[in-house]
Amino acid sequence: MDPSALAKSLEMLPYFLKVLGFGALTTLGLTFAAFVVAAVLGFVLALMRLSRSKPLNWVASIYLEIFRNVPILTQLFILYFGLTYVGITLPAVGAAILGFGLNGAAILSEVFRASIRTINRGQAEAAYSIGMTRAKAMRLIVLPQAFKVAIPGMTNFVIGLLKDTSLASAAAVPEMTFRAKMLVSETYQTNLIYFLLAIIYLALSLLIAYGAARTERRLNVVEER
Amino acid sequence: MAVTHPLVRIEGLHKSFGSLAVLKGIDLTVQQGQKISLIGPSGSGKTTLLRCINFLEEPTQGSIYLDDRLLGQREVHGRRVPMSDAELARMRAEMGMVFQRFNLFPHLSVLENVILGPTRVQRRTRAEAIEQAEDLLNKVGMFPKRDAYPEQLSGGQQQRIAIARALAMRPKLMLFDEATSALDPELVGEVLQVMRRLAEEGMTMIIVTHEMRFAESVSDQVVFMADGNIVEQGPPRQIFRESTVERTRSFIRAVQEH
Repeated sequence: MDPSALAKSLEMLPYFLKVLGFGALTTLGLTFAAFVVAAVLGFVLALMRLSRSKPLNWVASIYLEIFRNVPILTQLFILYFGLTYVGITLPAVGAAILGFGLNGAAILSEVFRASIRTINRGQAEAAYSIGMTRAKAMRLIVLPQAFKVAIPGMTNFVIGLLKDTSLASAAAVPEMTFRAKMLVSETYQTNLIYFLLAIIYLALSLLIAYGAARTERRLNVVEER
Repeated sequence: MAVTHPLVRIEGLHKSFGSLAVLKGIDLTVQQGQKISLIGPSGSGKTTLLRCINFLEEPTQGSIYLDDRLLGQREVHGRRVPMSDAELARMRAEMGMVFQRFNLFPHLSVLENVILGPTRVQRRTRAEAIEQAEDLLNKVGMFPKRDAYPEQLSGGQQQRIAIARALAMRPKLMLFDEATSALDPELVGEVLQVMRRLAEEGMTMIIVTHEMRFAESVSDQVVFMADGNIVEQGPPRQIFRESTVERTRSFIRAVQEH
């Protein structure tokens, strides 16, 4: 690259950063909203799978197999384009939140279910023996311990989700990747823009991992040796 | 004089896991203040019997009465239906249980372990629960460790706290499921000492144990079980020294040989 071209690229750097910065906010918002949907629904699905009721098990299992085994991009297209055929038009961002949320619920439900099952049965029994109902034992004894176990799995999921939200660019959601594509077609500074994009994704992911590690340490009641 | 009624009455209790029959018709009554030891070879069903009394195992057949109330089931128009979760929890709260593996709550401090039931189940005030918990921790010699977490403590210390946790519910009887079997030999004594003191204070106790000398010195009644049945029941002297039942004699001989 000759010096004048490099100088010209760097001149545009503030503009790129500003546009990508707005995109990053959308990406983070989308990630957060989808995570909330996925966590709430995933938790319900996990309890359904652990419940003694056969119908609840089935419903949750069928949900899991459908949403886990259809590509997320296909799910997004169905929500965004497909539903218009039955008269439901979702805004692009809404379709993306719903899509990633419904898909994420399937994944998180397995994380939650596995975490709950790692808690020794004796814990629940001890809770019953001091007069707790099943619900109270779950809430006060099993879940607080299971939550700590679930943190690494949840962290993986959130980082994956952050990166996967780039797929929403295919449905014209103005998140970071979508804006990067627009910038490229506007300025043809392909290398610099995608390099910046990569750096920002990396930085956000590391930030999430750091926050999760801190939370996990804080929940350790006793310093681990 | 008031008519005395047994605190626990077990009638025709059967328990199977799949096709495996673990209890084959147990009848047993426990009077107020009695200390009963359940002994027998492993696989004899003594732990399962204890767990049925706390309804951690649901009996396949038969009845358990606590204070003359049917446990775990209700009679509706002459038919028995399972109790609601809340009703069962209330009845369980009347019994304390001590587990072989302690099962303290690892995410809570010692004090929090002991006050959890009183505050969150019995809805007593926190101040009162703490006062009582401190008394109990004193009694089991664990007051200095009130702010420690279970994993920082030895097995013997954890088990003494587990006993305090159960006592904090002011139970009518205490169930001990091989409370010293998971302990290093040098820690067994401190737990047995706490149990012995509790017995002296008049607590009704049902004890599953392999500590024969303890069973002999503490119990009013010893129940010898084998293959899901009660083989023989009587005062310690009868079971340990004067039994005429060959099955009992061979078991006692075997455990006293080492």
